[in-house]
Amino acid sequence: MPVSLKDEAAIAGIGLTEFSKKSGVSELSLAAQCIKAACDDAGVSPSEIDGLVTYTLDSTDEIEVARAVGAADLSFFSRINYGGGAAVGTIAQAAMAIATGQASTVVCYRAMNGRSGKRMGQGVSGEITSSDLIHWSWYMPYGMLIPGSWIAMIANKYMHKYGVTREDLGRVAISQRNHALRNPRAYGYGKPLTMDEYLQSKQIAEPLCLYDFCQETDGGCAILVTSTERARDLKQRPAVIRGVTQASTRGQEQMTSYYRDELLSLPEMELAANRVYAMSGLGPDDIDAACLYDAFTSEIIMQLESFGFCGVGEGKELVREGALDIDGRLPNNTHGGLISEGYIHGMNNIAEGVRLIRGESTGQPSKAVAHVLVSSGVGVPTGAMILGKAD
Amino acid sequence: MSARIKPPMGLDNAWWWQMADAGKLGIQRCRGCQTLRHPPRPMCGECHSLEWDAVEASGRGVICSYTVLRHPQFPGYEYPLIIILVDLEEGTRVTSQLVGCAPEDVDFDLPVEMLIHEDPDGFKLPVFKLAGAA
Repeated sequence: MPVSLKDEAAIAGIGLTEFSKKSGVSELSLAAQCIKAACDDAGVSPSEIDGLVTYTLDSTDEIEVARAVGAADLSFFSRINYGGGAAVGTIAQAAMAIATGQASTVVCYRAMNGRSGKRMGQGVSGEITSSDLIHWSWYMPYGMLIPGSWIAMIANKYMHKYGVTREDLGRVAISQRNHALRNPRAYGYGKPLTMDEYLQSKQIAEPLCLYDFCQETDGGCAILVTSTERARDLKQRPAVIRGVTQASTRGQEQMTSYYRDELLSLPEMELAANRVYAMSGLGPDDIDAACLYDAFTSEIIMQLESFGFCGVGEGKELVREGALDIDGRLPNNTHGGLISEGYIHGMNNIAEGVRLIRGESTGQPSKAVAHVLVSSGVGVPTGAMILGKAD
Repeated sequence: MSARIKPPMGLDNAWWWQMADAGKLGIQRCRGCQTLRHPPRPMCGECHSLEWDAVEASGRGVICSYTVLRHPQFPGYEYPLIIILVDLEEGTRVTSQLVGCAPEDVDFDLPVEMLIHEDPDGFKLPVFKLAGAA
């Protein structure tokens, strides 16, 4: 029995639907389409799927998906909570299932009519009395109803403490939009963004403006995970999972976490960083590119510190140096990310991590990319993963 | 105009809103180790006691952080809406609203005082104003 997940499993296929603001099809259809696409990408028949993992927020049941795509008998199915915090966690589940023999071909998926159906931006409402709803009860009566309002409180304090400016957030938004200009799948394809446009855009939850927010998108994304040994014999160059973990820390809340001592950093992301570096035997200097979760621009700057790419309070300096750009120290979200490609709850950022390892991104840096860091949602119980090439 | 969203009332939180309805800002206190905690929880994470009571906060504190909400605008709330985190002098922190203050006048570390706001439908909630403001 393995004692570590290091190199046990690999991503052998990625599959996406078209991304749009109105898909015109059901979420089950989106799920089936992206899963079939991931199988085709890997050169695996859907009839070989014996494990499925998705988000608790996904509306499409595993067995509905299994029937729709003609999956095999299922021996593993699992769901991860906490919105985008689930992203990398789904891969961790798949890797554990494969390493322990619970399943051999696991597909992680997220399919959502995120614009034409249930919108994240519509926020919460108080209808039932679960522990989660009691949590939201401290915010709903005061009008803190949307993700941007919860994140803005932390962003404002962080920016005040470390002298981060609106222009710095704008640099993140523009860097990712520039990546999206090369990506025909992206919302931002053919839509350049200037600093003037950024600074003049509508304030939503100060200090965050319209362009600091991710998209709301209809679409699906699936990731096919199998053993590294088997992945070597499949169609694509494998993206080997060097390290993967989930992470939640003391005092953790969903999106708010306002009551712990530390408001100027992301303790759960630091835990994810420590664990994923320890598992992989790698460090920040080994990471060539990243797909850091980007529901909001401010989260990118804070994560640069969480993952040790710079010191505390220095994230803005990296951004000002152009580190996130295609020729920078850490090309980030080279597909445009959740901000400028589309919001498939972080699953599409995992797909981009795989493309970077394969050398197939529309935003592929000219330098060699041996290791890519991918993170899950910020401000929630989260996770991180490092992908690498097969030996 | 419809009213603000009411908090779901459960066994772990309804008492706090009942104190607000009585004009008080409550803080949960562990009866085992006297630790104050907010938001309320059924068990003390320090000593694991299930026994607790509540103290009435002085209502004085300073602004730890804030955000000004402008969009989207939900019925039942007045915009721009200033939301603050308050470090209470008792040592716990609470999320609330700053009233009677222009968005350009809110800042970090300003002292604030609690008052009870009452909606037209009679719902009451603790909010804050800048210390010394009318």
